[in-house]
Amino acid sequence: MANVSPVPQEKVGKASPPPRTPPSQASVLEFFRTISPGLPQIEFCIQCGSCGGSCPAAALLDHTPRRLFALIRAGEMEDVLQSNTPWYCVSCYFCMVRCPQEIHITDLMYGLKTLAYQRGYTRNNKATHLSKVFAGYIEHYGRSFELGIAARHYLRHPPANLVGTAKMGSAMFFKGRLHLRPEKISGMTQLQKILQRAKELETAL
Amino acid sequence: MKYLFYPGCSLHSSSSAYLDSLIAIQGKLGLEFSEVEDWNCCGANEYIALHRIPSYALIARNLALAEQQVNGSNTLVAACSACYVNLARTAKYMGTDKELNTRVNDALAAGGMHYTPGSVEVRHILDLMCNKLGACKVKKLVERPLTGLRVAPYYGCMVLRPDPDKRWRDPESPTALEELILATGAELIDFPLRTHCCSGHMPQINTETSLDLIHRLVEGAVQSGADLLITTCPLCQLNIDGYQAEMNKQFGTSHKMPILFFTQLIGLAFGLSPKSLGIGKEITSAAQALARIGVKVEPEPPVLKRPPKDQRLPMPHMPKPYGDDL
Repeated sequence: MANVSPVPQEKVGKASPPPRTPPSQASVLEFFRTISPGLPQIEFCIQCGSCGGSCPAAALLDHTPRRLFALIRAGEMEDVLQSNTPWYCVSCYFCMVRCPQEIHITDLMYGLKTLAYQRGYTRNNKATHLSKVFAGYIEHYGRSFELGIAARHYLRHPPANLVGTAKMGSAMFFKGRLHLRPEKISGMTQLQKILQRAKELETAL
Repeated sequence: MKYLFYPGCSLHSSSSAYLDSLIAIQGKLGLEFSEVEDWNCCGANEYIALHRIPSYALIARNLALAEQQVNGSNTLVAACSACYVNLARTAKYMGTDKELNTRVNDALAAGGMHYTPGSVEVRHILDLMCNKLGACKVKKLVERPLTGLRVAPYYGCMVLRPDPDKRWRDPESPTALEELILATGAELIDFPLRTHCCSGHMPQINTETSLDLIHRLVEGAVQSGADLLITTCPLCQLNIDGYQAEMNKQFGTSHKMPILFFTQLIGLAFGLSPKSLGIGKEITSAAQALARIGVKVEPEPPVLKRPPKDQRLPMPHMPKPYGDDL
């Protein structure tokens, strides 16, 4: 019998993912059409980096907006949705007014947040938790309630300086700036109906 | 002139001083604000992070309410920056994006409401004061010029940016607050960081970064020689005012830079009492800065403290034979 040489073994461990073909320009546009209103204009990005350079939270980001847009064009949606960039966006709109191509960057960040949240990429994320607590008060009372939001958020994610935060809270309370009970709007059932219908209308992203 | 007014949640709680001062000065300026009845929260930047159509529907409910309650002018005035930007963006996008308009109105119909794009004009109170009334009108009404008070303007972000209705000439070098400061007779301080970010909701997400951003602003204001900052945004006021003690601890500084709302400064120049303007509600007290121009803020009630516990061991003691006089 002929001595058959063994087949060279592949690298042990995770199988490397199959090479992905970048999505077509039209499908990228369609994707942004679904997550952002108006004309997002992402196809005009010239990769100049004005966005990252203007961002007050740039030091915390794993990808600057410029890199995020390049990743989207390359079809690396997994990386994009796992990125912390949208969640550290403080909505200062500096990137949006400085963008030479007038891309609606902040709106796109909102869209990416929604997408990542609805596809379940945001476990143990402080910013998501804050948003969820905030949304809970809106859906039950129609207005935001600072004391409740702070208390519920800090129970899950305690502040770094607990004493300082407590001092600030008590100072606000004694100055009459912190209410102990939430305000409730009278059209609450109407608002809940509207939100219920809107959630049904939201396209499955 | 009658205007519909959308106060927003923070003006009802953490920034009640903004609402107090706005109510105090509206009569003198000839403005009449009537609050939109049964308004709901605009969702700030939090609700839109989780849901897209519901967040626009949430905001559009306020626009629909305003459309129903229009009397006088069809202008809806917002005081909070985030509320203003949310209302203005939604009104704009519903006009330009037909699909969004259909879906949002479909959702509103579930509650028996409807909003026609373009029926309500959304403006910020600063825009109304500077671009409609004009700073000269404010100047004519000044009764107590604030001569000698060094004031630095601080705009924050969302009043100027993204500016969906193109109200300002330049979102990075505005002049609105500057005109108002000069109108009150105060000394205008050049503050280069006046349009920078106060860190928004960052204190709850990443405290270090937020304290860094607040430190940059306070340090800048101190170095430019300002007595106090004035702002247009409830969240900027809360961040710079409330987190200043924590910031001082983090950076080993001892800054005390008070920050007031611009309506409070205008009210002072109109000769109104500090108490009626809500001055005294700020955590970093403005009393020292205002004492420079002879405005007395009522002293705070003394904080009741429990007397320190006597920790000494019980010891026998001799009665003093000659009393305490010797």
